[in-house]
Amino acid sequence: MNKPVITVENLSKRYRIGLREKKYRTFREVLKDGITAPLRNLARLRRLTRFDDENAKEEDVIWALRDISFEVPQGQVLGIIGRNGAGKTTLLKILSNITEPTRGCAFIQGRVGSLLEVGTGFHPELTGRENVFLNGAILGMKKAEIGRKLDEIVAFAEIEKFIDTPVKRYSSGMFVRLAFAVAAHLEPEILLVDEVLAVGDIAFQKKCLGKMGHVAAEGRTVLFVSHNMLAIRALCNRAILLDEGKLVMDDEPEKVIQEYVSYENMNEAEVVWDDRSSQPGNELIKLVSMRTRDSSGNLTSIFQRDQSIIVEFEFDLARLEENLHIGLDLKTGDGIVLFRSHHTDGAEKDWATLTVGRNILQCVVPANFLKLGRYLISPVIGLHYGQLIVGPDPLLSFTVIEGKPISRFWIIQQGKRGVTAPILHWKHINVKSP
Amino acid sequence: MENMANNRSVEPKVPVTIIQPKKGWQLFDLKKLIQYRDLFYFLVVRSIKVRYKQTVLGGLWAIIQPFAAMVIFTIFFGRLAKIPSDNVPYPIFSYSAMIAWTYFSTAIRNSGFSLVGSQSLITKVYFPRIIIPIAPVIAGLLDFSIAFVVLIGMMLFYHIHPTALTAVLPLLIIVMVLTASGVGSFLAALNAKYRDIGYTIPFIIQFWLFASPVVYPASMVPERFRMIYALNPMVGVIEGFRSALLGTTAFPFKLILISAVISVFLFLLGAFYFKQMERYFADII
Repeated sequence: MNKPVITVENLSKRYRIGLREKKYRTFREVLKDGITAPLRNLARLRRLTRFDDENAKEEDVIWALRDISFEVPQGQVLGIIGRNGAGKTTLLKILSNITEPTRGCAFIQGRVGSLLEVGTGFHPELTGRENVFLNGAILGMKKAEIGRKLDEIVAFAEIEKFIDTPVKRYSSGMFVRLAFAVAAHLEPEILLVDEVLAVGDIAFQKKCLGKMGHVAAEGRTVLFVSHNMLAIRALCNRAILLDEGKLVMDDEPEKVIQEYVSYENMNEAEVVWDDRSSQPGNELIKLVSMRTRDSSGNLTSIFQRDQSIIVEFEFDLARLEENLHIGLDLKTGDGIVLFRSHHTDGAEKDWATLTVGRNILQCVVPANFLKLGRYLISPVIGLHYGQLIVGPDPLLSFTVIEGKPISRFWIIQQGKRGVTAPILHWKHINVKSP
Repeated sequence: MENMANNRSVEPKVPVTIIQPKKGWQLFDLKKLIQYRDLFYFLVVRSIKVRYKQTVLGGLWAIIQPFAAMVIFTIFFGRLAKIPSDNVPYPIFSYSAMIAWTYFSTAIRNSGFSLVGSQSLITKVYFPRIIIPIAPVIAGLLDFSIAFVVLIGMMLFYHIHPTALTAVLPLLIIVMVLTASGVGSFLAALNAKYRDIGYTIPFIIQFWLFASPVVYPASMVPERFRMIYALNPMVGVIEGFRSALLGTTAFPFKLILISAVISVFLFLLGAFYFKQMERYFADII
């Protein structure tokens, strides 16, 4: 095992967040408060850089990181995952020396390059070339080094023709490509990367992933924050999970991702209308709630590719209506309708039986069918040959992430042709050779 | 951050970064500043290139600003108020001060707002922060030089010959730059925490204009207050300019000495306060 190049010991960081503003009730209060406001503001602003005793309970202090310790050996690509606000970015900011920790320390051996954002310092009035130099210098490159790599950077960004055009005339895609191209040519021994792959189109993201993989293959150490589990799986050989500033898991990426996915935001998986007047529908049918479950019945909005997705409708029916259909539209995140399904699509004997009063209907989207990404579900409830009662605006969303590939030739999905990626059965028919 | 003698690694060349809450203080981390000199260069170039982008008159603005002020001052203070001008025509008397003053006021304004305007840089990348308020101070020297060329033209027009003491000009310029750097970085650091400073800067500049011998000669200030007056470093700078270039008065060595000492003091004060506040910038800006 290699010696650690990054050693983090009990790293903690606290921030002071502003207290909520008071609500005024009377005119007198407003007046009195207005007059004394400067004094209170002064006290508040002074407190920004002052903290009381570490253990004192102050209500406007949050610990963004709490006693984080880990080591990273040379050449390892460490994925950092966690919800928004878990402390991932704070950790990278401390290691990049942008902000200092409240307690604890870190030792880093080697030149550190950090990439918390692409295009930092880009000035709209300057040309692509000028911005490459400026941004390169901001990321810690030397002038001569940038000059040497300029052609390569421009080629990577695919903007050769526009290199002497002010970047304010660029399309947003060109802008992002150029910004990432500069960053991708950083060559530090240790690279700290925040969620920067979330930009650009899919083709460019793939190119960036390739570049990152290349970086990792060269034996450089990388700390990589991402919400893109596919990227974590593809690039990292270890992952840590942060939750509310604490390190809760440190293991192989596969296991950490499982853990993360299992408790990831449940709320998105369900919409409930408690208040009868807000329930979508009419006098015939009122939608009470909608949710997505996995095959074991757990509420979730994140599914592995090899899991089936159960979409559940809960509604109140005033009377039985023969023409009524309950259905859904499944759309991709880009708004392409993948299909519409009704509960009355199959043979009549197979139709689910509805009753007057509360009903729950489930629709199963099969496993190994959707490509990776985000999907939107719209309820489509109406009468055949008649009005649409509910729909078709999307009300739920879920995300399909990579599962365990069954085949060793299963290629990265975004690269596969087609809108869906079903695994179909292939059968061999014996014929006599002529 | 400290670069320490390396006792943890095999390769002696690998830099080791130790990150921990900072204790004690030092004024400058020279090693870091040298390491980031290219960034400093590009930030200066950026602020020069960007300044007159998409304007019709471009660099001419560097001349128009002090020149327009000169015209106004000449009409109101020279003609109407009949303020004495040390035996040189009032236009060149005020213009010679305006070039220094325009540089100085622009520099402290740009510098004072520089940190607040660089939020994304400060929260997303590491580099010695002092670069940010100093870059506009240095970038302003280009405008100063352009405006200075016009002064030479005016001297030819009025047949005024510079004195041998013109050789001292670089020193005066250094005093001016040091003062602007110190005041600028002090205001920038303060502005990062208290945005009130942003509203105060225009007043400071206006007040400072009248506390400097721009529209009137220093000789109008009573002799016994002269030394207190010189605590404003711009007094020495402007009077020095006029005396050396236009030969208005005997060279004010004493004023300049006081100004120079104060400028060094202001520079150190600004740098020190900036350093103290630096560690909080990313969190509070």
